[in-house]
Amino acid sequence: MKPPPFRYERPETVEEAAALLAEHGDEAKVLAGGQSLVPLLNFRLLRPAVLVDVNRVVGLDRIEGGRVGATVRQSDFVGVPLAAQALPSVGHLATRNRGTVCGSIAHADPSAELPLCLLVLGGSVVTTRRELPADDFFRSHFTTALEPDELVIETVWPEGDAVAFEEFAQRHGDFALALAACSVRVEGGAVTAARVGVGAVTDRPMLLDLELEGEPATAETAREAGASAEAAVDPPGNLHASSAYLSRLTGLLVERVLTRAFA
Amino acid sequence: MTWVGQPLERVEDEALLRGRGRFVDDLEPVPNAKHAAVVRSALAHARIREVDVSAALASPGVVGVLTGEDVAALSRPFPAGAESPVPYFAAAHEVARYAGEPLAVVVAESRYLAEDAAELVVVDYDPLEPEEREVHERSFSYGEVDEAFATADLVVSERFAFPRWSCTPVECFGVIADWQGDSLTAWSNFQGPFSLHGVAASSLGLPGSKLRLITPPDSGGSFGIKSAVYAYVVLIGLASRKLGMPVRWTEDRLEHLAASAHSTGRVTGVEAAFAADGELLGLRYDAVEDVGAYIRAPEPATLYRMHGSLSGAYRVRNVAARNRVVLTNRCPTGLNRGFGGPQLYFALERTMAVAARRLGLDPAELARRTLVSEFPYRTPSGGLYDSGDYEACLDAALELAGYEERRAEQAAGRALGIGLACVVEPSISNMGYITLAQTAEERAAGLPKSGNAEGCTISISPAGGITVRLSTTPQGQGHRTVAAQIVADRLGVEPGEIEVLSELDTSTSAWTIASGNYSSRFAGVGAGAIAAAADKLADKLAGIRAHLGEDLSLRRVAGTAHWNPESLPPGMEPGLHATAYFAAPSLDPPDGEDRVASSASHGFLVDVAVVEIDGDTGRVRIIDYVSVHDAGRLLNPLIADGQIRGGFAHGAGAALFERIVYDEDGTLLTGTFMDYVCPTAPDLPRLRIGHRETPAPFSLGAKGLGEGNTMSAPAAIANAVADALGMDDVELPLTPARVWELMQA
Repeated sequence: MKPPPFRYERPETVEEAAALLAEHGDEAKVLAGGQSLVPLLNFRLLRPAVLVDVNRVVGLDRIEGGRVGATVRQSDFVGVPLAAQALPSVGHLATRNRGTVCGSIAHADPSAELPLCLLVLGGSVVTTRRELPADDFFRSHFTTALEPDELVIETVWPEGDAVAFEEFAQRHGDFALALAACSVRVEGGAVTAARVGVGAVTDRPMLLDLELEGEPATAETAREAGASAEAAVDPPGNLHASSAYLSRLTGLLVERVLTRAFA
Repeated sequence: MTWVGQPLERVEDEALLRGRGRFVDDLEPVPNAKHAAVVRSALAHARIREVDVSAALASPGVVGVLTGEDVAALSRPFPAGAESPVPYFAAAHEVARYAGEPLAVVVAESRYLAEDAAELVVVDYDPLEPEEREVHERSFSYGEVDEAFATADLVVSERFAFPRWSCTPVECFGVIADWQGDSLTAWSNFQGPFSLHGVAASSLGLPGSKLRLITPPDSGGSFGIKSAVYAYVVLIGLASRKLGMPVRWTEDRLEHLAASAHSTGRVTGVEAAFAADGELLGLRYDAVEDVGAYIRAPEPATLYRMHGSLSGAYRVRNVAARNRVVLTNRCPTGLNRGFGGPQLYFALERTMAVAARRLGLDPAELARRTLVSEFPYRTPSGGLYDSGDYEACLDAALELAGYEERRAEQAAGRALGIGLACVVEPSISNMGYITLAQTAEERAAGLPKSGNAEGCTISISPAGGITVRLSTTPQGQGHRTVAAQIVADRLGVEPGEIEVLSELDTSTSAWTIASGNYSSRFAGVGAGAIAAAADKLADKLAGIRAHLGEDLSLRRVAGTAHWNPESLPPGMEPGLHATAYFAAPSLDPPDGEDRVASSASHGFLVDVAVVEIDGDTGRVRIIDYVSVHDAGRLLNPLIADGQIRGGFAHGAGAALFERIVYDEDGTLLTGTFMDYVCPTAPDLPRLRIGHRETPAPFSLGAKGLGEGNTMSAPAAIANAVADALGMDDVELPLTPARVWELMQA
């Protein structure tokens, strides 16, 4: 469990970091909190020739009004209600002290909490080249729209409407078996806007079109939406759970987040 | 002041909490030891055509490579407790038999460089199909079993699978090996039994005196598994021998989960014959044990450790058992907390719960009618239950749990499940029980094996300082604390004045073939040896004081013994240095009818688990868990409760979370802590503990208690879940997904 050899670079400006990524292309990996990357290196599942450590890059550690810099730690991430609900489930206190918000987004684990939250809130990812809506950023398992020479500068987190997050894992802090989040607007007892997303059971965090607009914000609507979500996903079974169980959990969690958001 | 029995805080903890423990990886007993990385089989079963190490040898920093071919040339197969058609060496040569089996050892200037080079070793495999081979079968019958079944009103017949699981200590295996001339010195976090020292020496072709094995002062936990590090003492020792330099190796977690040791996986068919009033008339077991790729010593001991307790806590005179051992292409098995107990009691206690339902009796009532009630009690298979009061323990547990009230809540419609387990917890294994794997005729041809002795040395310096040297290789159990309590009482000093050394050195310590830290033997024989050595010195001090005719201080008496031996009583040996050995009584070799007192002492515990099941997710929530122990006299109640909590965590892990899974090809699917799911502290329910103290009839009256809940919790929790679901067919571990599937059925 030791990493294969790599060259280590520690730029101090965004320009230097971008130049290193441009120079090394897909031979390079960005190191921020390292809570996913370092285990992958130690398992020798990743073999980057160059690690570009951005922890000393000036200005990336800022968090202001929903704009979260690339080296902001998960434990310092405050001010976004949906994320505040999800963060206690992100790893453990010790990993949150080191792991970064943007690192979790860029890692794009389909069972991770923060990518799902960013998607449901309609947030975006700002890079050295462009600003990408979350829905365009996440592609598949551990795969994003980032080019090899592109560096995440910050992520942008809207506050959302009435929000709720739920996940189910075997143990607290584990990778989720299923997770769901929502942001809904309710006016006059009826849903006027809704974003509902699920993770873990899909190859990326996924918004579900549950046709909630105009429906009454009731337990019955939440239950029906849960049933629709259950039918909409088709996860492969895994070591810990069958496909049918994962689908049912997903439906259950969708029902739970909507019930809470409607309340 | 009597120190034994006080809840003294552990003297070990300050150093551990301050990061000042001395573990094997911290030691630098020889300079310039090189670092090893082990090349392991990627396949579960394959013929090895070639292991090409040329690129690895050319890699930066590499000083040499030991291959399976070298191992075959330089060592002999390890002896084991039963004949096996497949010889077991420290590394595979022509055939690899499990994924993760060592094929070569690459030694380099650092572990990083060693791992880089290990990747360059090219193994040419010829894949073989995974196979299962039955390699051992013995049948036992005690009493009139067929007659008992013929007269039964009810026969319960069930089949139970207990999955492989593991120990997962924080610290993995470690070895530092220094081969010089014709002898090997090795530092390793080995835990005993030191009979395995002989197994390692035999493989190396060395007399025991030429294999000097030294354990570090601290160990990051073992729970049984580190008994298996002896195979790596041989492997790394051979690397040191071949390369002519000291070599060190620290196992990582991937290696540990794949290739250290697992518990056995066992499938047990049980038939139980009952009279209508609940009397247990007869028991039949048919056990098939998966020991992995090799019979690795002390296996097949898992199958025989509980032999004297096949009838559990129950009064039944007719018992039969068929034991079979199967080799598979999986990691070899070994010691794991509970060692055979979890497998036995899951089958027996589930059977009792099923029987209670079919008899229309409450499980607690069935237990009450069936529990052993007179002591000492000789079981049909030869076990000698030394002391106890089982019914009182049952009553205490039912009261602490509020059992009647819980049943009333259940009757009123609350969706609860209540599970009971009554477990006789053996401690201090008879070194002879493993010879039950042989027939009586085979045993008669060899050296009989019995007993279970421990040694201890205590010395007093010229200034009166007391040093105790243990041979019990603690792995976190607080032996140093308890040893000081025992010696303090006997020498009339404060525990804090006593130094206790936990390192064992086979060249200088007072050890025996049975020494080590297993079968919960410290409280019985470990304490007995410490007390015996202290008593020798106490007698000597008293003799000196009487001779000098004064009530002299310890310092003055010690000074006299060292500085002025001319003033000692005539004939008295100078110095103040005592070694004593203690052996538990009544541990004879197996008799001609295959009866054996497999353990010296037997505690008893009754667990009550109360669960609720989340109907939406299948999650089992333990809303109360009560365990009442009778482990004889408690030497230190604080440490006793810590041991019980640890044993419970391990057992609850087996019940709800943990299992080792291989696919059809023999690939390990639970090779990291992401997939091998152990409970962490917040995942465990609160445990409420009660005690009764019926002393053991020897030593200080204490019995082992660290394994009981590992034996009981899987059964108690499964009984509770079965009770909640109204089903007989529940399998471990009871994960949310599995319970949810049961609810859909």
